[in-house]
Amino acid sequence: MSPYSLSVKSMKHRMDSVMITVVSLALGVALLLGVERIRNEARYGFTNTISETDLIVGARSGSVSLLLSSIFHIGNVTDNVSWETYQKIERNPQVAWTIPLSLGDSHKGYTVLGTKNGYFAHYKYGQKRSLEMAEGKVLGDTYDAVLGAEVAEELGYGIGQQIVLAHGSGELSFVEHSENPFTVVGVLKRTGTPIDQTVHVSLEGIEAIHLDFNNGEGHVHHAGCNHASHKKEASSIDAFDALLAGDEEVDLTPTEITAFLVGMKSRSDAVMLQRAINVHDGEALTAVLPGVALTELWQVVGVIEKILFVVSILVLFVSLASMFGALMMSIKERRREIAILRSVGARPRHIVSLVLGEAMLVTLSAIILGAVLLYIALFALRPVIQERVGMWIEITPPTSTEWAMLGIIFCAGVVIALLPAWRCYRSSLSDGLTIKL
Amino acid sequence: MKGEIAVELKNVRFAWEQEIVLELERFEVRQGEKLFVGGPSGSGKSSLLSLLSGVAQPTSGSLELLGKNLSSMSNSQRDVFRADHVGYIFQMFNLIPFLSVLENVTLPLRFSNRRSARVSDAKAEGLRLLRHLGMEEFIERRVIDLSVGQQQRVAAARALIGGPEIVLADEPTSALDETNSRVFVDLLFQECEDTGATLIFVSHDSSLAERFDRSYILGGEEL
Repeated sequence: MSPYSLSVKSMKHRMDSVMITVVSLALGVALLLGVERIRNEARYGFTNTISETDLIVGARSGSVSLLLSSIFHIGNVTDNVSWETYQKIERNPQVAWTIPLSLGDSHKGYTVLGTKNGYFAHYKYGQKRSLEMAEGKVLGDTYDAVLGAEVAEELGYGIGQQIVLAHGSGELSFVEHSENPFTVVGVLKRTGTPIDQTVHVSLEGIEAIHLDFNNGEGHVHHAGCNHASHKKEASSIDAFDALLAGDEEVDLTPTEITAFLVGMKSRSDAVMLQRAINVHDGEALTAVLPGVALTELWQVVGVIEKILFVVSILVLFVSLASMFGALMMSIKERRREIAILRSVGARPRHIVSLVLGEAMLVTLSAIILGAVLLYIALFALRPVIQERVGMWIEITPPTSTEWAMLGIIFCAGVVIALLPAWRCYRSSLSDGLTIKL
Repeated sequence: MKGEIAVELKNVRFAWEQEIVLELERFEVRQGEKLFVGGPSGSGKSSLLSLLSGVAQPTSGSLELLGKNLSSMSNSQRDVFRADHVGYIFQMFNLIPFLSVLENVTLPLRFSNRRSARVSDAKAEGLRLLRHLGMEEFIERRVIDLSVGQQQRVAAARALIGGPEIVLADEPTSALDETNSRVFVDLLFQECEDTGATLIFVSHDSSLAERFDRSYILGGEEL
């Protein structure tokens, strides 16, 4: 029978209260680790809303506002990039690919993005994850649309659904391009990025509805809309007639786009091209490195992350406090036990080691149980989180930060036991062998 | 070594919060002697036990156990001394509920090298003592399923294991009825005689006093 077994037997005897302490501490540990995981995944997911894209180029503005408008579809676009400039950059030998982005329309509050099929091939998020089709195919015809996962789910749309785009952004957009309904040809898998809330159509589709719109209703400028098509005037009636007649010759090449994404052949050339674009004498443009701008933006929205972290630390603090309370209670209950041990020759340091030993065992079991709970929860909830939030949580062994956290929790458990242990030491001296119960 | 002085207190004064609770001019117990210590409540019985067990130190005077001056020892030396030389029996609740009967009996051997050295096989010695005290059939029971009388016998076995020279008993029969008291005291006497231990038995029940070698009434005269 070792001193260790004396501590274990004593704890077994008080199994109920010890278990409550262990479980409550374990929940605190699991919560802290869980929040730490989610917070890292959220930051990672956010700062990887777009990856593998080397530059985002738009009209001159701040890097965060360009990022917000082009990737997050938040805020109005004030200025555009001319098609000529876009094509000039596209032709740069260092550029591997470009994706034009044209914004300004909406469908039931969801952003409509005019682009090219290169979007589905080159757009990447997270750890080099490509966009995948849940069903259907990419854009083919002028009036084809590919929906983000949330749009399809929320509105209950499937392949073949006819949709009408509204002019301007926002749900209360009454001016609709009702003459030219689009047909849903594909639905994307959930990504956990703004793509889920986006309706993708071809650049030609955007051009086409605006040609039609301008001719039918006359030129009306709408909030949130800065389409170049409104500025086409002279040839538009002809173009509209040609369109109605089904003439293939009609020119649906846009004159302007909102922004475009650039992938370089060699990543290291990105900074050089960025500088060239930013100091460009002609059209006033801004090029940003997505990673840098995302990190900048995260510093603004990432406050929530810090709050989460603080909350989980508070939870852990409460769990530790409850362990402290449980220890204080237990030494009160154990005064008799302690007096007996003293009477058979146990020294105060034996008694102190019993209390500290118990705190160590409780904290250690709570840490192990908490980690087990976390991994069970991760495995159980991962498919649900993926489906609902579009966030794929990687299940990895504890990181060095997490190990450090666990180490700190263990030390905190022991430190917290010092006061009860000291109290025990004191009372074992003052009570001596007699104890008044 | 019957006849040698096992316990000697000279001009001992013990004060608790500035109030003198015990004053002994001379208190001597010989090795192997069975001493009854009586006296009304508040006469300093428990203070005397605290002094003898080395938990408290006299305010003044000298206190010698087995020729060793306890006052000159450090706290931890006194703890070791008690573990090695003193067996202690409480009034009640003597046993640790989560240990088996046998584990309770062999507990002192874990804290004293001297006492464990005297016992070659802890388990066998524990069983022998329990058998002597008529506890053979209860060894497998859980401690909390034992009657108070049975618990006190287990406590006696524990106080005696490893042959400590001095056994201190703090009102060990107060929770027992008259018959059980008698049986318990008989068994305790027998075991102390077997090992030659000095027994200092503190009780307010003076009817037991006549069976001891000698009695000492605190707050009164020596009989």
